Amino acid sequence: MSTALLAVQTLNGVQLGVLLFLIAAGLTLVFGVMDFINLAHGVQYMLGAYFAVTAYGLTQNFLLALILALVGALVFGLLLEAVIFRHLYARDHLDQVLATFGVILFLTEAVRMIYGSGSLTLPMPQALSGAIPLMPGLLYPVYRLVVIGAGIGVAILLYLLVNHTRVGMLLRAGASNAPMVSALGVDIGRLFMVIFGLGTMLAGFAGAMVAPIFAVEPNMGDNLLILAFVVIVIGGIGSVRGAFIAALLVGLVDTLGRSFASDVLRHVLSSSAANQAGPALASTLIYVLMAAVLFFKPAGLFPARG
Amino acid sequence: MQDFATPMPTTQLAPPDRARLIVPVLLFVALALAPLLGFLGAERYVLALFTRCIIFAIAALGLDLALGCGGLVSFGHAAFIGIGAYAAGILTASGIDDGFIGLFAALAASGLFALATGAVSLKTRGVHFIMITLAFGQMAYFVANSLKAYGGDDGLTLANRATLLGRDLLADNRVFYYLSLAMLLAVYLFARAVVRSRFGRVLRGAKDNETRMAAIGFNPYPFRLTAYAISGMMAGLAGFLLAEQSEFVSPAFMTWQRSGDLIIMVMLGGMASLDGAILGAVFVVLAEEVLSGFTEHWRVIFGPFLILVVLFARGGLLGMLTGRRHG
Amino acid sequence: MAETLLTLDRVTKSFGALRVTDTVSLDITQGELHALIGPNGAGKTSLIHQLSGSLASDSGRIVFDGEEVTGLPMHARARRGLVRSFQITSILPRFTALENVALAVQSRSGSSLRFFGDAARDSRLNQEAMEALALLGLAERAQTLAGTLSHGEKRGLELAIALALKPKLLLLDEPMAGAGASESEALVAILRALKARCTILLVEHDMQAVFALADRISVLVNGSMIATGKPDAVRADAQVRAAYLGEAG
Repeated sequence: MSTALLAVQTLNGVQLGVLLFLIAAGLTLVFGVMDFINLAHGVQYMLGAYFAVTAYGLTQNFLLALILALVGALVFGLLLEAVIFRHLYARDHLDQVLATFGVILFLTEAVRMIYGSGSLTLPMPQALSGAIPLMPGLLYPVYRLVVIGAGIGVAILLYLLVNHTRVGMLLRAGASNAPMVSALGVDIGRLFMVIFGLGTMLAGFAGAMVAPIFAVEPNMGDNLLILAFVVIVIGGIGSVRGAFIAALLVGLVDTLGRSFASDVLRHVLSSSAANQAGPALASTLIYVLMAAVLFFKPAGLFPARG
Repeated sequence: MQDFATPMPTTQLAPPDRARLIVPVLLFVALALAPLLGFLGAERYVLALFTRCIIFAIAALGLDLALGCGGLVSFGHAAFIGIGAYAAGILTASGIDDGFIGLFAALAASGLFALATGAVSLKTRGVHFIMITLAFGQMAYFVANSLKAYGGDDGLTLANRATLLGRDLLADNRVFYYLSLAMLLAVYLFARAVVRSRFGRVLRGAKDNETRMAAIGFNPYPFRLTAYAISGMMAGLAGFLLAEQSEFVSPAFMTWQRSGDLIIMVMLGGMASLDGAILGAVFVVLAEEVLSGFTEHWRVIFGPFLILVVLFARGGLLGMLTGRRHG
Repeated sequence: MAETLLTLDRVTKSFGALRVTDTVSLDITQGELHALIGPNGAGKTSLIHQLSGSLASDSGRIVFDGEEVTGLPMHARARRGLVRSFQITSILPRFTALENVALAVQSRSGSSLRFFGDAARDSRLNQEAMEALALLGLAERAQTLAGTLSHGEKRGLELAIALALKPKLLLLDEPMAGAGASESEALVAILRALKARCTILLVEHDMQAVFALADRISVLVNGSMIATGKPDAVRADAQVRAAYLGEAG
C-alpha cells in the first residue's frame, strides 16, 4: 500500500468521522438529556440534503441553499418535536423506538413520493470543485477538505457552546441529571426544544454539506443512523466530546478497514480467501470495536452520567 | 386476555380458563380455514400469503418470549431468521435435501448464534443491549452479504424444497401450509407452557423488578440467556420455513429494518401476550399486502398508523379487541 | 457461647471525598437481634448495601457464616442465607402478594429449571408462601396485585418474602419507616417473634422499638462506629449521647 493511498483514505476516514459527529452530536444530546431514542435522526440528515437540493433549484446559489436548508431542517425538526416527539419523552425506550421507526417509514416514503426514488445531486460550487496537491502524487478534492473543515469548525463551536455558555451548562447538567435540573426551576420544556433544535440543525447541516458529493436519495440516512448509534454508544451517551472522539474513531476504522482489510488478510490467508473475507471483516469491524469498548467500559468512553 | 404478569388465580379455575382460550382458538381455526379463500381464485397466492403469516407468527412468538416475557428488547432478531434460512439454502445448494436435517441445522445454527451473542449482549442492559443486539444483527447481515458462493447480496435460489423421508411432500403448497400451521401450534403451546412455568416466572419477575429477584437469590443472567437462545431458535425455525416456502434466501431477510418489523408485530398485537404476537404478525403481513395493492407508497400510511398506535393504543390490537390496556 | 455469624473487618467505602463507611468493624452473634442506629446520613443504609452485596466496598472484608462473601453479588449472598429487606419497599408490583412470596420459596427450595407445569398453581410453593403471609397478617390479601397494596401492606410483604427465604441473617433496613403507632406496635411484636427464628441486624430510627428488641446496639456516626454494646451501656455512653441520643433523649 502506498503512502498516498493511506493518506487519502485517512482523510476520507476523517471526513466520514466529521459527518458522523455532526449527526451523532444531536443524537447523543437528545438521548443524554431527554432519554429519548430518536431513530428518525437519520431522516433529519436526509431532509437536510433534500432541502438543500430544492433550495438550490430555487435560488441557484450554493450558500443560500445551505442556509435555507439549515432553516428548513430546524423548522421541520421543531415541528416534529412539537407534534410527535414531545409526547414520547415520558414513554419507555421501546415506545420511542417504535414511534420514531414509524416516523422514518412515513418521511422516507413521503420523500420518495415527492422526489422519486432516484438519486438527486447538487452541483458543487465552482470555487470548491478542484483538487489540491497535499503531497507529491496526492491530489485531494477541495470540497472534501471544506467538509472536514466545516465539521471541525462546528465541533469547536459546540465545544464553546457546551463548556462556556449558560445554555451549555444547562445542557451538561441535564445530561447528567435532567430531573434535578427541572427541580431547580429551569424550564425543562424550553431546554429540550433548544437541544432538539440544535441536534436537528446539525444533522440537516451534514446532509446539506454532502449533497454535492454523496447520492441524495430517500434511504441515505439509514446506514449513517446505525453508525451514529454505534458512535454514541462508544463515545458515551450524553457526551459531545465522546461523540467527537468516537466519530473520528469509527470513521477511520470503517474507512481504513474497508480499504485495507483484504490486503492485511492476504498476509495470513490465500488471495481468494482474503478477497472473500475482507469485505465481510471490514463491515463488521466497527461492531467488533463497539463490543470491545462496551466490554471494558460498559458506559462508553466518556459517559456523561457519573 | 391476561398478560404475562397476571397469573391464574389459584382459587378460581374453570371460567377464566375458558375465556382465555377463545382468542387463540379463534386464531387457529381462522388460520386453518384460511386456505379456503383460495376457492375464490388464486389459490397459490392465498396459500403463499397465509404461509407467510404463519412464518412470521412463529418468529414473532420467539421475539415475544424474549421481549414480552423477558423484557429483552432485541433489535437484531431478524438475524436468526436469516440464519435459519441460510441453513436451508446452503444445505440444499450442497445437495442435502432432507427436511429433518435442514430443520436440525437451522435450529442448531440459530441456537448457537443466540447463545454466543446472548452471552455477551446480556451483560449489558437498557439501550446498550438494544445497540449490541443491533450490532450483532448487522454483523450477521454483512457476513451473509459477503458469501459470494451463496449469492452474496443477490441471494440464493433453492433448486427445490426439502424432502421429507425421501418424498417431495413439501412441494404441495397445501401440505406445506398445514405442516407450518402445525409447527405454529406446537411453538405456541410450548411458549405458553414456558411462560407459566417456574422458569418463565423467574424471567417475568426479573422484568418486573430485577433488584427484588436478586434479593431473593435469583441471578437473572442464566435465565435470560436460556430464554434468548430459545427465542432465537424459534426465529430460526421461522427462517427455515421462509426459505423453503419462497425457495429463496437473501441477506435482505436480516436487515435491521426487518428486526424493527418484528418488534412492530409483537407490539402491535399487544405486547406481553403470546396471542398478540400471532395476531400482530398476521395483521402486519396482511396489512402490508393489502395496502401495497392500493399504492406502492403504503408506508406513508403505515408509518402514521404505527405512531398513532404507540401514542394511543398501548394495549395493541389485542387490547383494542378485548378492552384491556397494557399493564 | 454463641458463635459469630457475621464479621465486618475494617470495611471502608468512599464516594469521592465523602467517606460513607470509615473502617467499620463489627461482629454479629448468632441468634441476637443487633440494632444499628445513628443520625441521618451516618451511612447506615450504605453499610446495609455493602452487607447485602448491592454496593462494593473499597476495602475490608465481610465474612458470613464462616465464608468470605466480600466480592459476592447480591443473589449469591441471598442464597447463602444473608437476606435483606428494603427501606423503600421493593416488591414485584405486577404479581400477586402470594406469587411474590412463592417466588422466594421457589428460590430457596425448588428447582427453577422447569419449563412445564403452571408455577402459579404449584401447591407446595403456595402453601409455604401462604404460611409466611399469614404470619404477617396478609393471608386475605394473597390474591391482590402487590402494586396495589397499601404502603403498610407492602412493608409486611417485604418481611413475608424475607421470611420465606428462611434466612440465617436478616438485614432489616428501617422496617418501621412511616409506620403509625399501632402499626409499629404490631411490627415490634412480629420482630420479637422473628427473633426466635433468625439472627437480625436491624437498622432503625424508632428508639422505642430499638430498646424493646435489641440484644446489642451499635452506633454509627459519620461513617464510623462509635459504640457497640448492650442497650443500657450504649444509652449511657457519653459520646453516643452527644452525637445522637442527646437530641432524642
